[in-house]
Amino acid sequence: MFARQAEKPAAMPAPSIVEVRGIRKAYDEVVALEGIDLGFPTGRLTALLGPSGCGKTTLLKIIAGLLEPDAGEVLVQGQTVTGPGPERAFVFQDFALLPWATVLRNVAFGLELRGVARSEREATAEMHIAAVGLAGFEHHYPHQLSGGMRQRVGLARALAVDAEVLLMDEPFSAVDEQTRRKFQEDLLQLLGIARKTVIFVTHSIEEAVYVADQIVLLSPRPGRIFETIRPEIPRSGSPEAVRRDQVYLDTVEEIWQVLKQYVA
Amino acid sequence: MTVFGYRIPLLVAPLVWAALWEVVGRSGLVFLLPPFSAVLAATGELVASRKFAEAALLTLYIFAVGMAISIAVGVPLGILMGRVRAANQLLGMWVNLFVSAPLTALVPVIMLLFGFGHTTMIVTVVLFAVWIIALDTYAGVRHVSPSLVDMARSFGASRAQLYGKVLIWAALPEILAGIRLGVIRGVKGMIIGQLLISIVGLGELFELYSRNFLMEQFWALTILVFAFALLASEAIGMIERRIEYYAGARS
Repeated sequence: MFARQAEKPAAMPAPSIVEVRGIRKAYDEVVALEGIDLGFPTGRLTALLGPSGCGKTTLLKIIAGLLEPDAGEVLVQGQTVTGPGPERAFVFQDFALLPWATVLRNVAFGLELRGVARSEREATAEMHIAAVGLAGFEHHYPHQLSGGMRQRVGLARALAVDAEVLLMDEPFSAVDEQTRRKFQEDLLQLLGIARKTVIFVTHSIEEAVYVADQIVLLSPRPGRIFETIRPEIPRSGSPEAVRRDQVYLDTVEEIWQVLKQYVA
Repeated sequence: MTVFGYRIPLLVAPLVWAALWEVVGRSGLVFLLPPFSAVLAATGELVASRKFAEAALLTLYIFAVGMAISIAVGVPLGILMGRVRAANQLLGMWVNLFVSAPLTALVPVIMLLFGFGHTTMIVTVVLFAVWIIALDTYAGVRHVSPSLVDMARSFGASRAQLYGKVLIWAALPEILAGIRLGVIRGVKGMIIGQLLISIVGLGELFELYSRNFLMEQFWALTILVFAFALLASEAIGMIERRIEYYAGARS
C-alpha cells in the first residue's frame, strides 16, 4: 500500500526484548485477536494503534501476563510469560492508584509488594516523583490531584520498580488535550534518560506517530495486524518542530487513510 | 427548617414532641403513658440503680461478643462470596434469605439448642447482625475497580497482599456500612433474645416493669436502649465519615 510496508527488518536493528507469537484470544464467540506475531525492539517505543474493538488492550494485557491467550505465546528476554513479572511494569488507563494512600506510598507500592524496606523504597519513590515533576506532592492523596498529575503518579510507580519494559494502556486518554501534549513531551524526555522499552496502546493517530518508533496498526473483529510502520521522524528538534515535520504529518495522513474504512 | 419564614433550630422538634408527651401524660387519657418529666426522673433513678448496672453490663458483654463474632464471620464470608463465584452461588441465597427473613421466629429454636444462658443471647445477636455485614462486604468487594486488582497483580502482589493491601481497603466503606447496619440489627436481636428468655439482663427488667405496669421505669429503659442503639451506630458512622473522602474518590 505504501512504500514503508516493504521496508526490510534491517531498518530496525535492535533485537526484540518482547516477542509475541501466534496469539489468539476469543471472548465467548467473539474473536478479539487472531494470528498476532510481533517483535518489540529493545529500547524503542512501539504503539499499538487501532479503532475500538481491535483488541489492542487485550494484547497488552496478554503481554503483561494479566490475561491468558487461547493460543500462542509471549516471550520476554527469551522466557515464556506465564504471569506478571518484575521485568514488566504497567501504566493504567484509569491510573489505578490506591485512593487511601499518599502519592509517596502509591509510587512505592510496587517496591512495597516486593518487600523492599520502607526507607529504601521511599527514597526511590521520591526520586521518581521528582522525575515526573511532582516534587512537593509526596504527601497528597490521589483525589487532591488533577487527572494529569494522577497519571504522572502511575508513571512514577511503573518507573520505580525499574522494569525493562513499560506497558502503557491508553495512558493519556483520560486527561485533557493540553495536559496530554505536555505529558507526551515529558514522556519522551523521560524515556530518553531511562532507555526503557515501551509498548503503548492508543487510539490517537497523532499520539502514536508523535511518540512511537514503531507503529502497529490493528484492524478490528477479529483483531489482526494490518501493518507495521516505522516512520523516520527526526527527534532532535523541539516538540513544535516534530509536530510540523513533513514525515510526521505524512505518516498521520497515511494512517488516517487506512483507519478511515473502520469508522462507521 | 423554616416555618412561616422563621428559621427553626434543629433541637426544636424533639422539644415539641417532649412537650406533647408531657401534656398527654398529664391529661391521664392514656394510662400507659406517664408524663415525660416522670419518665426522665425514672431514667435518672434507673441509671443509678445497681440492678440496671448489672443488667447493662451483662447486655454490653453479650452484645460485644456477638458483634465481634458477626464481624469475624461476616467480613470473610462476604469477601469469599465476592471473589469466588461458586461460594456466592452456594451461600448467596442463604445470606439474602436471612437478611430479609423475620429472624425472631428462629429465636425459640436457638433457645432449644443452646439453653437459657449467655450462649443463646450471643447466638441471637450473631443471627441478626452477621448477614447484612456479609452482604455489604460482598457488595464492596464486587465494586472494587478491576484495574486496581490488575494493578496489584501486575506489580507482583501475592494472594495475601492482594487481599490485605488492596481488596479490604478498597471495600472498607461498604464493610463499615454493613457493620453499622449490623450494629442496629444486633441491638434488635439482643433485646428480642433477652425478652424471650426474660430471666436475665435487660429482658428481665423489661418483663418486670411491663408485668407490674411500672410504665415510668419501662419507658426509661426503652429510652436508654434506643439511645444506646443510636449512639453505637453513630460511632460507626463517624468512622465511616472519616474514610468518606476516598470512598467518593473511587471509580
